[in-house]
Amino acid sequence: MTQTGTALLAEILRRDSQSILTEWTRLQLDSMATRRELMSEAELVQQSRDFLTAFTTALATGASYDAHSPIWSSVREFLARISDSRARQGFTPTETAIFVFSLKQPLFNRLRTTITDATALAQEVWTVTLLLDSLGLLTTEVHQKSRDGVIMRQQQEMLELSTPVVTLWDGILALPLIGTLDSARTQVVMENLLQRIVDSGSSIAILDITGVPTVDTLVAQHLLKTVAAARLMGADCIISGIRPQIAQTIVHLGVDLNAVTTKATLADAFNTALKRLSMTIVKNPAGAAPASPASASASQR
Amino acid sequence: MERIPILKLGDCLLVSIQVDMHDRLAMQLQDDLTARIAATAARGVLIDISGLEMVDSFIGRMLGNIAAMSSVLDAETVVVGMRPAVAITLVELGMSLPGVRTALNVEKGMELLSASTADGGGHGPALG
Repeated sequence: MTQTGTALLAEILRRDSQSILTEWTRLQLDSMATRRELMSEAELVQQSRDFLTAFTTALATGASYDAHSPIWSSVREFLARISDSRARQGFTPTETAIFVFSLKQPLFNRLRTTITDATALAQEVWTVTLLLDSLGLLTTEVHQKSRDGVIMRQQQEMLELSTPVVTLWDGILALPLIGTLDSARTQVVMENLLQRIVDSGSSIAILDITGVPTVDTLVAQHLLKTVAAARLMGADCIISGIRPQIAQTIVHLGVDLNAVTTKATLADAFNTALKRLSMTIVKNPAGAAPASPASASASQR
Repeated sequence: MERIPILKLGDCLLVSIQVDMHDRLAMQLQDDLTARIAATAARGVLIDISGLEMVDSFIGRMLGNIAAMSSVLDAETVVVGMRPAVAITLVELGMSLPGVRTALNVEKGMELLSASTADGGGHGPALG
C-alpha cells in the first residue's frame, strides 16, 4: 500500500509540479500578506521550488513516508536551513511552519482528483498528513533552536559589554553597574574590578548602582561579596547611586549595609574618595582661565 | 626544615610569603611570628601574600588568627598584596577576615602601619 502510495504521490508531483508550485506559493503569499516586507516573492518561489524538488526526489527514491528515515535527510537539512534563515529574518514559528503546512491543500486537491476510491483516498491523505506534519514540526523546532542561539549570543555579548571599569582619578576607580545583577555577571564584574585594582594600584573603588533596576537580597549579597573581596586586596569600596526606593527596599529586606560606605550619588562618592586620599578640588581664582576643568591639589599625609 | 623568614624593619615585622603554604608551614609561621613579636616588642606586622596563589579555609583562618594574636600582643597586622583569585576564593569560603587590615602593596601597607603606630604613640618611636 505504502509502496504504491509514495510512487503515486511522486508521479503526481512530477506531472503537476508547475501548477502545484504556483498554487502553493499563492497560498503562502496570502497567508503572509502583512509580512511581505520580510522576504521577496522571488526568494519565496525559489525556496518553494527547491523544496518541491527535494521532496519529489525523496518520494521517488524511497518507499518511506517516515520523515525520520535517512531518505528524507536532504529534505530535513533543506528545511532546517530555511527555518534558520527565517528565524533570523524575524518570522514567527507559525509563519515558518505554514511554509510546509500550506503544501497540504494543493497536494490533497491533486490526490482527490486522482484517486476515486474513498478508502484509498482517506488512507493516502492520512499518510501524507503524517509526513507533512512531522516536517512542519521540524521547522518549528529548528526555528526555536536558532532563536535560542540568538538569545544565548546576545546574553554573552551583554555580559562582556556591560562591565566597564573606569578610572576616575589617580587611585580612584568607578564601576557603573547597569542591568540586573545575577551570579554569573557578578563573577565577571568582581574579577574585572579586582584585576583593575591590581593593575592600577587604586585604593578606592566606587560601585555605582544607578543602572541596577532592582536590589533584592541576592543582589545585595553579590554587592557585599564584591566589597569584601576588594577590601581583602586592600581597596575600599563605596556604593553609590542608591535611589530612594532602593534604600527603602534594602531596609525592608533587612539587608545590613552598615559595613559599607554608601552615598546617594556618584558625585558624593567621588568627593568622599578624594577626601580619603587627602585631595581637594579647588576653584581657580576669579579671572584666571583654568588649566584643566578641575584641578586637584594633593597633599601628602 | 622549611621556614618563612621574618624581617625586622624599625618597629615593624615584615613577613613575605613567597611559596604556597601548607598547614605545617602555617603553624610554624604562627609560632615564629608570635615569638618574634614578643621578643622585639614590634608594633606592626606586615604580611605580604603576593606570592600566594592558593588558599584554603585553613590558611584563611590562620591569617585571621595571626591578626588576632598580634593584636593581643599589641601589634597591628596588615595583609598586603592579595591576588584577585585569592580574594574571591576567601569571600566565597565566607571568610572576609573582618579583623584584618589590608593594603594593595607593601608600600601602602607600611604607610598604613606607620600612620597608625604614630597615632598610637607609646613606646613605638623609642624603639626605632
